[in-house]
Amino acid sequence: MDEMDRELINRLQDGIAVTDRPFAEVAQALELTEESVVERLRRLVDDGKLSRFGPLYNAERLGGAVTLVAMAVPEERYEQVAEQVNAHPEVSHNYAREHELNMWFVLSTERPEQIEQTLAAIESETGLPVYNMPREKEYYIGLRFQL
Amino acid sequence: MNAPQPAPETLLDERDREIIQATQKGMPLAVEPYRVLAQQLAMPEAELKERLQRMKDSGAIRRIAAIPQHYALGIRANGMSVWDVDDRLVDELGKQVGELSFVSHSYRRPRHRPHWPYNLFAMVHGRNREEVEAQVAEIEKLLGDACRSHDILYSSRLLKKTGLRLRG
Repeated sequence: MDEMDRELINRLQDGIAVTDRPFAEVAQALELTEESVVERLRRLVDDGKLSRFGPLYNAERLGGAVTLVAMAVPEERYEQVAEQVNAHPEVSHNYAREHELNMWFVLSTERPEQIEQTLAAIESETGLPVYNMPREKEYYIGLRFQL
Repeated sequence: MNAPQPAPETLLDERDREIIQATQKGMPLAVEPYRVLAQQLAMPEAELKERLQRMKDSGAIRRIAAIPQHYALGIRANGMSVWDVDDRLVDELGKQVGELSFVSHSYRRPRHRPHWPYNLFAMVHGRNREEVEAQVAEIEKLLGDACRSHDILYSSRLLKKTGLRLRG
């Protein structure tokens, strides 16, 4: 991972256009060939520096739903509960956090009613209550890191 | 007034769903990625591009982009700052918090008293906790007396991260 990789990630977090040669612009700006841009992106994905390259879908605009959920998981059962939660394909992200509520995951479902179904399944599998915190208002969503 | 906003729905057909299923884990990396993807989908390239553009325009696709794995990139301190803000002021202040350059997401969410008194969430990211804490101090200044209490929840471990998954 070099300076050029960082610059590439910084620029490509904002996205590419739907054109015949969408990497031409960034290649020109960085004085790289398009082939080498693509080669670098492949390597960054293979190395796990990028989780993927592609469309970032908005589940709600696809008719689905998204919510943030917290649980207080006893330490001795933590790994087991993480497995039970992660086994649900609706769980798109899951983070361990330092708090009494120590597991925080995002549910992203194709249909709104699957949120309640998935939460009910997780409560019954783990025997633990879930705290559902759907967003009531979005003030900003950027998620761009300057590297 | 506090009800969640209904999600505007985009009508998707089978062809759109094929595109979503083929790309939710990422798309082909090539100089002409849409041509390669169109071949994989056995779909005319013009149709694929028209559909992708439409999904972008409708917001079904936020962007077609590099999705960083920030842990692997050295951005290890991921602080979820949470704030108990006066309900009458939270929307105005939330907007201002969302405009701070270091805040990546900012939302209003329901409280779950007594476990959870917080209604405003702002994600801040940094290379270390000092960086995150300096940013949180700025938010604290901005909120002033409208905020009764706050906390920072650091992520100690990423347990799962995938894209959206449509079931086939």
